[in-house]
Amino acid sequence: MTRISEMGEAAGTMRTTARTALVELDDVSKYYGNVRALEGVSLEVHAGEITCVLGDNGAGKSTLIKIIAGLHRHDAGTFRIEGEDARPASPREALDKGIATVYQDLATVPLMPVWRNFFLGSEPRKGRGPFKRLDVDLMRRTTHAELLRMGIDLRDVDQPIGTLSGGERQCVAIARAVHFGAKVLVLDEPTAALGVKQSGMVLKYVAAARDAGLGVVLITHNPHHAYLVGNRFVLLKRGTMTGSHTRDEITLDELTRQMAGGSELDDLRHELAGGAP
Amino acid sequence: MTATALAVDERLLRTSPLRRLLGRPELGSVVGALAVFLFFALVADSFVRAAGLSTVLYAASTIGIMAVPVALLMIGGEFDLSAGVMVTSSALISSMLSFQMTANVWVGVGVSLLVTLAIGFFNGFMLTRTGLPSFIITLGTFLMLTGTNLGFTKLISGTVSTKTIADMEGFASARAVFASVLTVGGVDFKITILWWLGLVALASWILLRTRVGNWIFAVGGGKDAARAVGVPVDRTRIGLYMGVSLAAWIAGQHLLFSFDVVQSGEGVGKELTYIIAAVIGGCLITGGYGSAIGSAVGALIFGMTDKGIVFAEWNPDWFKFFLGAMLLLATLLNAWVRKRAEATK
Repeated sequence: MTRISEMGEAAGTMRTTARTALVELDDVSKYYGNVRALEGVSLEVHAGEITCVLGDNGAGKSTLIKIIAGLHRHDAGTFRIEGEDARPASPREALDKGIATVYQDLATVPLMPVWRNFFLGSEPRKGRGPFKRLDVDLMRRTTHAELLRMGIDLRDVDQPIGTLSGGERQCVAIARAVHFGAKVLVLDEPTAALGVKQSGMVLKYVAAARDAGLGVVLITHNPHHAYLVGNRFVLLKRGTMTGSHTRDEITLDELTRQMAGGSELDDLRHELAGGAP
Repeated sequence: MTATALAVDERLLRTSPLRRLLGRPELGSVVGALAVFLFFALVADSFVRAAGLSTVLYAASTIGIMAVPVALLMIGGEFDLSAGVMVTSSALISSMLSFQMTANVWVGVGVSLLVTLAIGFFNGFMLTRTGLPSFIITLGTFLMLTGTNLGFTKLISGTVSTKTIADMEGFASARAVFASVLTVGGVDFKITILWWLGLVALASWILLRTRVGNWIFAVGGGKDAARAVGVPVDRTRIGLYMGVSLAAWIAGQHLLFSFDVVQSGEGVGKELTYIIAAVIGGCLITGGYGSAIGSAVGALIFGMTDKGIVFAEWNPDWFKFFLGAMLLLATLLNAWVRKRAEATK
């Protein structure tokens, strides 16, 4: 029984405990030496839902991702994947359990062609023995078809992926994760470096992935983007969880206020107003 | 070609074959090689004779054998400064081990392979474990090997070179494999040319048509992105260093069986030659881009310049000057070609 689901029941939402979360963190903590990077954080991700993790810089968002992605291991609390205790030791292990992570800047290798990037780490092969080789035809065709399905019409899958726009690169990374049967998609600030139009494009694909039945963890510091697509919202501040809400428990204004630091924002407003003539 | 399968998109037609050619990493070096060839063909008659070409190919092959794995390593984003002296180490191990044990030379050759691979493994292991730059780690290996080569040889044979092993069992067959001469149409070709071409073909296959090749590009072009999608980054990099070892072993055995005795001080400075050949061949010094064929063209330019100066009866002291100019020109040309290719995409 987790803290969140207890809260959920208490709040009388329609959430049923019978349904196992794809990913569930319960009271998870992580320390780097004597630095508390994360303490007592709980969240759950269900199929076909988007869980947003909001927090300012240094709130512990990156640490949280790294634990889910298998780059770091948590020091306390429990981490369950489909109801089973998990401690993925590498990104590969997390991937094998169905968790795909897309990083803001590290999603792709810029100099490599789009099709090589699409299949990186999971390349299909044909032939046998020493003649086992990449199935280049299949790779090219699949890349083109999968991107088209996500609404990206590429002129040439051979172009270096670095020549695509930031939004398109994020979409390629999301399409890749969906294609390889990820159950949970972890997105690290997918819209942080993007303009309004490109952010919209990325959010559309995030929603598409959700509709395809994936569970999504969306990490962002933009409450507007989060509220557009999110089902659950977890707020982090200085390594601790300051709030956890389902969509029907909170309004955008309240989310923005909490995210921006609540009373701190009010103080700031007074300060700025006081400085103005 | 799959281009036809994808040509449903009419915009694809705009990519002409010429554009595709311009996008190849080795293009700059091929243009450079043609220019060097024409230049020496004009100033030295003997350069274009079959015997002259055979000499050029031999010179190119001894560099090319090493330039191939060094290019792969560079595509993987790393350097190996110990590559030059590792060749000498490998030759010394075979020679001294066979001589001391009075065993069949193939025993020495086999042990040498294992030890040389172990040196490469050490380089790769240190790199992945410590996270220090490969420049520092392999500089350390380079110095240690240089010292060991001299120290051990003096300790065992009393001089700076090894003793002759020409009368030992297995020498003839080993020489046939590593240092024989093939006569084709009345012209002698050294067998290293075959080793070289074989390595280029193998490396090209690995790079372009296997998943390991995909990983090499990814490790050099974006290590963290590669790791995040499950590429075994550390194993790939260790493998690349062991590839350098394998080639160093082949080159070392050639050195031993063509000259019978090995000078323990040899090999210093050669590591830069290999790197230069790879860079002239279009490898990006920061990793993630390049080709094995390019490294072969780079080695060919080296061979042509080296021997061309001799055929033209110039003072060979000018070789280094030519080399430096060539390196700058090739790098500039490569940068220009790549920029054009990417801008027009």
